[in-house]
Amino acid sequence: MINEISLLFFQQYWWLIVSVLGAALVFLLFVQGGQTLIYQIGKTETERNIIVNTLGRKWEFTFTTLVTFGGAFFASFPLFYSSSFGGAYWLWITILLAFTIQAVSYEFRSKPNNVLGKKTFEIMLFINGLFGTVLLGVVVGTLFNGVPFELDSLNRVSWHGLARGLEAILNLHNLSLGLTVFFLARILAILYFINSIEQIDILKRSKKHLIYNTIPFIVFFLSFVIYLLIKDGFAVDPTSGIVSMQSFKYLNNLLQMPVLIIIFVLGVVGVLYGILNSIFSKKIYDKGIWFAGIGTFLVVLTLFLIAGYNNTAFYPSLHNINDSLTIQNASSSLYTLKTMSIVSLLVPFVIAYIVFAWRLINKKKITEDEINDKNEHTY
Amino acid sequence: MMTLLNIDPSLVDWSRAQFALTAMYHWIFVPITLGILFIIAIMETRYVKTGDLEWKRITKFWMKLFGVNFAIGVATGIILEFEFGTNWSNYSWFVGDIFGAPLAIEGIMAFFLESTFIAIMFFGWNKVSKKMHLTATWLTALGANLSALWILVANGWMQYPVGMAFNPETARNEMLNFWDVFLSPVAVNKFLHTITSGYVVAAIFVIGVSSYFLLRKREVLLAKRSIIISGVFGLMAIFAVIFTGHGSAVQVAQKQPMKLAAMEGLYKGGESAELIGIGILNPKKDVNNQEKPFLFKIGFKGVLSYLINFDKNSFVAGVEDLVHGNPEFGILPAQERINRGKLAIHSLKEYKKALKHEDKTSANMHLKTFEKNFEHLGYGYLEKPEDIVPNVSLVFYSFHIMVIFGTFFVLVFAVFLWLSMTNKIDKLKWGKPLFILGIITIPMSFISSELGWVVAEVGRQPWVVQDLLTVSAGVTDISSASVQTTFWIFAFIFTALLIAEVSIMTRMIKTGPKTKEGGNK
Repeated sequence: MINEISLLFFQQYWWLIVSVLGAALVFLLFVQGGQTLIYQIGKTETERNIIVNTLGRKWEFTFTTLVTFGGAFFASFPLFYSSSFGGAYWLWITILLAFTIQAVSYEFRSKPNNVLGKKTFEIMLFINGLFGTVLLGVVVGTLFNGVPFELDSLNRVSWHGLARGLEAILNLHNLSLGLTVFFLARILAILYFINSIEQIDILKRSKKHLIYNTIPFIVFFLSFVIYLLIKDGFAVDPTSGIVSMQSFKYLNNLLQMPVLIIIFVLGVVGVLYGILNSIFSKKIYDKGIWFAGIGTFLVVLTLFLIAGYNNTAFYPSLHNINDSLTIQNASSSLYTLKTMSIVSLLVPFVIAYIVFAWRLINKKKITEDEINDKNEHTY
Repeated sequence: MMTLLNIDPSLVDWSRAQFALTAMYHWIFVPITLGILFIIAIMETRYVKTGDLEWKRITKFWMKLFGVNFAIGVATGIILEFEFGTNWSNYSWFVGDIFGAPLAIEGIMAFFLESTFIAIMFFGWNKVSKKMHLTATWLTALGANLSALWILVANGWMQYPVGMAFNPETARNEMLNFWDVFLSPVAVNKFLHTITSGYVVAAIFVIGVSSYFLLRKREVLLAKRSIIISGVFGLMAIFAVIFTGHGSAVQVAQKQPMKLAAMEGLYKGGESAELIGIGILNPKKDVNNQEKPFLFKIGFKGVLSYLINFDKNSFVAGVEDLVHGNPEFGILPAQERINRGKLAIHSLKEYKKALKHEDKTSANMHLKTFEKNFEHLGYGYLEKPEDIVPNVSLVFYSFHIMVIFGTFFVLVFAVFLWLSMTNKIDKLKWGKPLFILGIITIPMSFISSELGWVVAEVGRQPWVVQDLLTVSAGVTDISSASVQTTFWIFAFIFTALLIAEVSIMTRMIKTGPKTKEGGNK
């Protein structure tokens, strides 16, 4: 009995860690969002260089968070790792490819003799920005809408979708989350530009594009959230483990975990405050990224938590509802979760040195002079 | 579980090919990253200690080359991590409880360290103090090497699964002791051997590029200083490689005797086993015929026995002993292990069935049979005894070329170091061939490093987890055409990026470091 309680505690703890990593990842996708704006905001070569260099100093954080998110999921919920990655093969491979071409694009873009040409690397950055955000959003959407997989008695996955995961894009609810993430990432990128660049034309254009991106963002976000709150969800019976459909499941999850309502509302308010203040402030308001960034983190955290907590299946199977994954049937053993939990105590230190390094690098705003200085390391 | 025996063999081959492709591309970039960061950190330490701006200029030059290399290592690395899930999903479940933990720890402990301080290393020159910058460089080096630690622990576990027990309820292995996994002798040797081999590659890269400058009679001071630092670093590393290589071979002999037999082309085992210096295998030889294994060889009798067991008269198992069995030395025939493995698979299936029908007596009976035969589990996926033999010639030649090249590197380091320390290197009459040799050594170091992985990974076939899971049982159930498609997409992208990388680097080297730093030029 004690072991069972303890196991459930660690399963919930690890779902929280995975959710925190997921939420941090969505915030850090501002790098990807920014990559889709290089030509819209940068009208001259120097302006584009400034934008690429601004983002280029942060791409490793997004990348590392994605990798750690994958690693933590593998360690804590290996059945998700094996079912989702092995099952939704093409969906994940497309995401991976989109990230593979990103890493090199910054470093190679403006180097002499780069064979493929500057433009090619900029296109690669755009592809990463578009597919990286939309498809990761779609993946999170599947946590609520399910995917067509089946597990045999030894937990080996077989897939019944037409396109090994890519068919999830056709679900409008998944897609609305994908597009929400895409426009949100662009908004966060713009707020980050306003925060860290000192170049008047870029700032002016940023403000204009902030408005353009906020409108579709709100439309897609509202469609996603409203439908989420009225749709049926995948409920798990805690004693038998049987999964069944329940009306208003995700709304109920929120109502039954009221603290999440507070977090969610705080998050939404933060995002809107960050955006609106940046749009309407007469002077340049450069703190928008922090409000919107923390807001994004809180909203995504809530979404992950209502997907997995409160007896909910977090990776529902549309083929056989009882093959759905829950934080209980998909997790690692108690010993592994405990061992990993000791390691997770390092997380605050990691956050501390990231904040420390971030502040050191962002102390001064990025200017044309710095980017044109041949002695500086520039992309 | 039996359905896995019918899995499309071309799917297994393409999945292996894709993983090998990604791993081998990844491994072009990683060794340089592992080693050059330390070399750079030492150079920067010299700068901070002496205040000599030439050292800063040297540091920044190598750092720039490192940056180009690092990005592409990261790009291939992400694919590799997720390929465990996409292409080896059955494996991921079977071992996820153990294998996932090192990957997560790697992310939390190492990747963030590396990616955070790398930003200060590149962009912090004018933003932080000299000492802070130096600390960032050392921390980046540490982060990179820690990343290697965890993934190699994971790999070590696949070669020698310890610290776990199989849970028949969940049909997976579960971790019982983290320290057994982490400190397994296979993992420790593998880690040390692999990272030090990376140091060797990086040191040779620095010597090779410096040779180019000496050949062109440019940047002589940079070249000499770089050769001294990488020479000392490389020489220490190559001795560590030899020492840990021997340690690894001893481990292989104990835990993966078939791999050792393949490395040495040893078909008929015996006492006073021979170490092959060089040899040409007889292509007609296989485990079931009486052909001679070698067309030509130079061997040393008893040396293999001595190196493995510290006793020149001791027994070392050959391919034939392991396939057909050798009762005198307690080796079961592979057919016997296959029968027991099939029994394990069957009893696991029956156990699950009995549980479903709540038949406890039957469940207990099948569980006992399963546990008794568990150590042979993986053999149950095989069809015939010969399936346990890897590609002997590939493993044999890879191993020997690696060793021969490695021995040659000792000489390269010693000569370059001595000539630089005695300040003769730029005054030599016969400098040209020496410098050309220095440049040629760069591709040789890459080849030997890659061959090391060929030995480790081809040599353990057909196992993905030694004795417990074959590659065919670990693979994701997907159409072979899908994997073929992704294989070619990866091949195309990686190759294009590699071409771009080599082109950029070559240009950077030809241009040389900037002169503006105020160094001695």
